[in-house]
Amino acid sequence: MYRIALKMLFGDAARFFGIVMGVTLACFVISQQGAIFIGIMNRTTALITDMGYPDIWVMDPKVQYIDDVKPLQETELYRVRGVEGVGWASRLYKGMIRARLEDGTFQNCNLLGIEDSTLVGGPPGMVAGSLAELRRADAVIVDSVGASTRLARRPSGGSGRPVPLALGDILELNDKRGIVVGISRNTRTFQSQPTVYTTYTRALTFAPRERKSLSFVLVGAKPGEDLRALCRRITERTGLAAYTRDQFRWVTIGYYLKNTGIPINFGLAVSLGLLIGTVITGFMFYNFTLDNLRYLGTLKAMGAGDSTLLWMILLQAVVVGILGFGIGLGLASLVGWQNRNSPLAFSMPWQLVLVAGAAVVVICMLSAMLSMRRVVVLEPAVVFK
Amino acid sequence: MTSTIGMIEPGRPDPADRADGMAVVCRGVTKTYGSGSSAVRALRGVDLEVRLGEMMMLVGPSGCGKTSLISVIAGVLDRDGGECSVFGEDFARMKSARRTLFRGRTIGFVFQAFNLIPTLTIAENVAVPLLINGSSMAAAVRQARAILGEVGLGDRWTDPPARLSGGQQQRVAIARALVHHPRLIVCDEPTSALDHATGEKIMEILRSTAVGTDRSLVVVTHDSRIFQFADRIARMDDGMIVGISGADGTP
Repeated sequence: MYRIALKMLFGDAARFFGIVMGVTLACFVISQQGAIFIGIMNRTTALITDMGYPDIWVMDPKVQYIDDVKPLQETELYRVRGVEGVGWASRLYKGMIRARLEDGTFQNCNLLGIEDSTLVGGPPGMVAGSLAELRRADAVIVDSVGASTRLARRPSGGSGRPVPLALGDILELNDKRGIVVGISRNTRTFQSQPTVYTTYTRALTFAPRERKSLSFVLVGAKPGEDLRALCRRITERTGLAAYTRDQFRWVTIGYYLKNTGIPINFGLAVSLGLLIGTVITGFMFYNFTLDNLRYLGTLKAMGAGDSTLLWMILLQAVVVGILGFGIGLGLASLVGWQNRNSPLAFSMPWQLVLVAGAAVVVICMLSAMLSMRRVVVLEPAVVFK
Repeated sequence: MTSTIGMIEPGRPDPADRADGMAVVCRGVTKTYGSGSSAVRALRGVDLEVRLGEMMMLVGPSGCGKTSLISVIAGVLDRDGGECSVFGEDFARMKSARRTLFRGRTIGFVFQAFNLIPTLTIAENVAVPLLINGSSMAAAVRQARAILGEVGLGDRWTDPPARLSGGQQQRVAIARALVHHPRLIVCDEPTSALDHATGEKIMEILRSTAVGTDRSLVVVTHDSRIFQFADRIARMDDGMIVGISGADGTP
């Protein structure tokens, strides 16, 4: 009987296509919008995830997220180093600086000053040059996206392609000279501003003078240390906030979720996708069942039990669900793949695939339940009318 | 009779049936649709017996209760009162699942509008009762092809119903009604959608393939041109049987 159910489904090509498209639309909107949302959230924490070495980030207790810098006194570094369980502690400067471009325009950049001696906090990978070059005078490393877009040299006359920054190029940073000694491979950031790395000491010469300048203390724990316990210990001893990398990521994401309209916007889009998908699929699936009611009644009269007919409908719903899920997810993935080099934030973890799958299950079950109800109350005597 | 479904071999009458020779026995069957002032009394105490191996026609004007009676006999409609048994089994005393099973094994249906599923081939359509009764698709289609040959459509088994004429579709419906060897076949206006010549041919096929010593037919019709095929004719009016006669009019 299940083959009969499938042939009934596939035989009505237009209706079948419509039902599958309804599920596809819902799955596509949910997974694509969800992927962009997760991509954006990942970008808000790009700097944290890009820094592989530190186990723990130490900062002013009032810091709410990675870009909310509240500078510390330099002495805090030594206090942190004195906490039991701390293997090493490095300074990190994080601030904004204006770069003057060759055509006289200015571009705001993220300036990261990393520990002079160890260079802990450097970029996750290099496209050109090396991190060690940062020890040279006036040396800076620029991220590859920034180097080829916002910091690229525009050809005179305004026509032609911008020329990406290359090794040896000079950047004017707050009236100071910076020589590009490396191009790094970074995760794009939320603000999409170029990231400029230099040493901590040099960063302070680039940046406007402030009374306190230490943005974060990056901490490496001694082997075998419980990181959360160490965080608590640092907080107890220094009065500073200390988070593991993962904790700090979620603190930052939590800030954006709570204080921006981003989750509402994406939540609305996802809800709309779910709603429209459910309405279209439910309506078309129900109509499909109504159109087949005479035949279902015939089967019922000829001895097919309610459970057989319900399983047939469920099978039809499962088939359109699987197809719609596959096509929708495939389309969303295609959008992400095609935009892999564009500024579009797109990340599709397996959890999102599960969520989209669960949404499709809900859509199909709701649609099937409407039809099932109709079949259960169907009198087989309808075949004689 | 207290036989259970599992004990009855499809196509074989129970010995108890042979004893009284009746396929269907209805006594004082009543059925009312709606309630209060809008109530319609479709059946007002119908008494009817259909013998084993006969073709009984139910005739009468529109709205006289023919379809209601055939629905009660086929177990697709609950009666309000009276008694009605098919091969000694009363649908009203069966649980829903058993009733469905009994209907699937014992009764074949031929509908006025054929009710062939348009997305299936005609062989698959014919195979449906066998599938319902648990046959595999391959075995069911094999049997379906054989019986399609009996109704003259053996070479068309892969066609969808839409490629067939009305008469051919009704032949498919007859094959579907016969394929699982039911002991009672109920036909609802089997010729009303067909021209006279085709209708006669359909009745000839029904007469030759469906009626047998172990199988009875109840045919609802108002097409007087096919009365000649009946063994007996029950005339209905206003929800009652008003007379039963032979096909030649003899009482």
